[in-house]
Amino acid sequence: MADFTMPSLGADMDEGTLLEWLVHPGDVVRKGDVLAVVDTSKSAVEVESFHTGVVGPLLVEPGTTVPVGTVLATITEAGAAPPEAPVPEPVAAAPKPKRARSRGTSGPRRLRPLPAAATEQVRSPSSGATRRGWAWTSATCGTGPGRTITRDDVRRDSHPRPRVSPYARRLAAELGVDLEAVRPADGEVVRAEDVRAHAGGPTAAPAPTAPPTAPAAAPPATTPQDAMRAAIAATMTRSKREVPHYYLTNTVDLSTALAWMHDRNRDLPVQERLVPAALVLHAVARAAAATPALNGFFVDGAFRPGDGVHVGVAISLRGGGLVAPAILDADALTVEETMARLKDLVLRTRAGRLRSRELSDPTITVTNLGDQGVESVYGVIHAPQVALVGVGKVVERPWAADGMVGARPVTTMTLSADHRVTDGFTGARFLALVDDHLQHPEEP
Amino acid sequence: MTPQDARRTVADALIEIVPDADVDAFPASAPLREELELDSLDFLTFVELLSSRARVRIDEMDYPRLATLDSSVAFLVEQTA
Repeated sequence: MADFTMPSLGADMDEGTLLEWLVHPGDVVRKGDVLAVVDTSKSAVEVESFHTGVVGPLLVEPGTTVPVGTVLATITEAGAAPPEAPVPEPVAAAPKPKRARSRGTSGPRRLRPLPAAATEQVRSPSSGATRRGWAWTSATCGTGPGRTITRDDVRRDSHPRPRVSPYARRLAAELGVDLEAVRPADGEVVRAEDVRAHAGGPTAAPAPTAPPTAPAAAPPATTPQDAMRAAIAATMTRSKREVPHYYLTNTVDLSTALAWMHDRNRDLPVQERLVPAALVLHAVARAAAATPALNGFFVDGAFRPGDGVHVGVAISLRGGGLVAPAILDADALTVEETMARLKDLVLRTRAGRLRSRELSDPTITVTNLGDQGVESVYGVIHAPQVALVGVGKVVERPWAADGMVGARPVTTMTLSADHRVTDGFTGARFLALVDDHLQHPEEP
Repeated sequence: MTPQDARRTVADALIEIVPDADVDAFPASAPLREELELDSLDFLTFVELLSSRARVRIDEMDYPRLATLDSSVAFLVEQTA
C-alpha cells in the first residue's frame, strides 16, 4: 500500500490546499495519472500518482489546507489485498503548519474520510463535467462503524454540501467568504459571482490576518499576486543568501540556426512553426545532458545529479509573477517536439493547469527575456538547482568570421552556476556545448 | 473580408491572447508586440488565429505586416480580396 501525499512543489512550499479530487475511492489508477488538483501560492497544480493500484478512501476534503507530506489518500497496489479497514492518518501526526496563509481557508478543518458510497454513485471517469465539477450526491450513507448511519450523516444530507466550482472556492478563500454561508438555489453549483455577491454582503467574514513569521518574510499576502510575490521573494532570498553564484557569458552567432529555422517554418503549418526559444531550449537540454554537474540539485551539503534532464522554463504570468515549470526529459526531444512541449507548457501555466512533476522536478532552468528587449540576463539560480541559463534578445551585430566582418543575428547567453558544485571550467565547457549545438541545428 | 470584419477578427484574436486588453480603445497604429507585451509565442498564437479565421496563409516574411492593428487589418483585407 502506498501513500498519496501533498507534494512539495518547490523549495518554498510548506503547505498546499486540496482543490479538487479527480478520482474516487475504488478507481483503478496508473502511475502518472492525475489524482487531484492542489493550489499552491503559485498555481493550481495537477498532482500525479507515483503508483499503480486502487484508490482507497480520500482522507482530505477539497478546500482543506494541509502541510506538505500529509497523506491525502492511500493506493493499494494491484493484486494486493485491500486494507481491512481504512485508517485515516491522524491529523495530529502531521507537522503543524507554520502559519495559516491569510488567503487560505478560514480555519482549521477536521479531516475525515469522505463517504465512499456517496462518491461511487457519481463515478464517471469519462465525464468531463464530473471530472471538473466535483459532483456530489445527497444519497445518505453511513460513515459510522459498520457503515451505520450516524447523526452527522443525516445532518449532512438534510443540508447537502454545496457543490462549488474550483474558481469560486479559490475566490472564497481570498475574500474570506465562508462557503457554507453561500447557499445557491437547490442543486445549483456555487459560482464565482455567488461568492462575490456574498463578499459584499454584511455576513462576509473578515479575512484572517497572518502574523509575519521570519524577519525576511514579505508582508502578509492578501491576493494571489501577493502570495506569488512572497513565494518568489522567499526562493530568491534563499538563493542569494546560500548559493555562491558565478557567471559566464558567451555571445552566440545564430545565423545558421535561424536560417535553418526559417527554412523549416516555410514547410511547417503555422501551428507547428518554430521560435528561436525552442532551438535554445533544445541546445541547452543537450548540453545539460553532457554536463551532469550542472544538471541537478544541491541538497544537504552535497550535489545530487538530476534523474533525467528536465529543463525549467521561466514563464511570466499576465497578472504578474513568474513560474518555471519543466519540460520533462527535454534531452530526448527533437526541436519540433521541444516547440510543441513549450507551447503546451506556456498554455497550461497561464491556465493554471500544471502537473506536479513539472514544478517539483526541473533540474536546470532557462530564462529568456529576449522578448522584453534586454540583451543579457544574469539570473538568480532556482535553488536547490545549481545552474540557470539566461538568454537575451536576438540582435544584429557586426561579426567577424574567416577574416570578414558581416552583420549577423546574435544572442548573449549567460550561465549562472553554483560555485559549491562546479568551477568556471565546467561552466565554460557547458556554454561552448550550447553554442556548438546551435551551430548544428539540423542534428536531432 | 470587409475592413469591419477584418478589424473584428484582429480584435477577437488579441482579446483571446490578452484577455484584459482594451482593444476598442487601443491606438490603431501602435506597435502591438510592445504595447500588449506579446512574447514570441503570443505573437505566433496571433498569427495562428488570424490564419485559421481569415483562411489565409501567413508566412514568416509577412510578420512585419502584422505590426499594428491597422496594418494587420489592411493585410487581411488584401489577402482575402
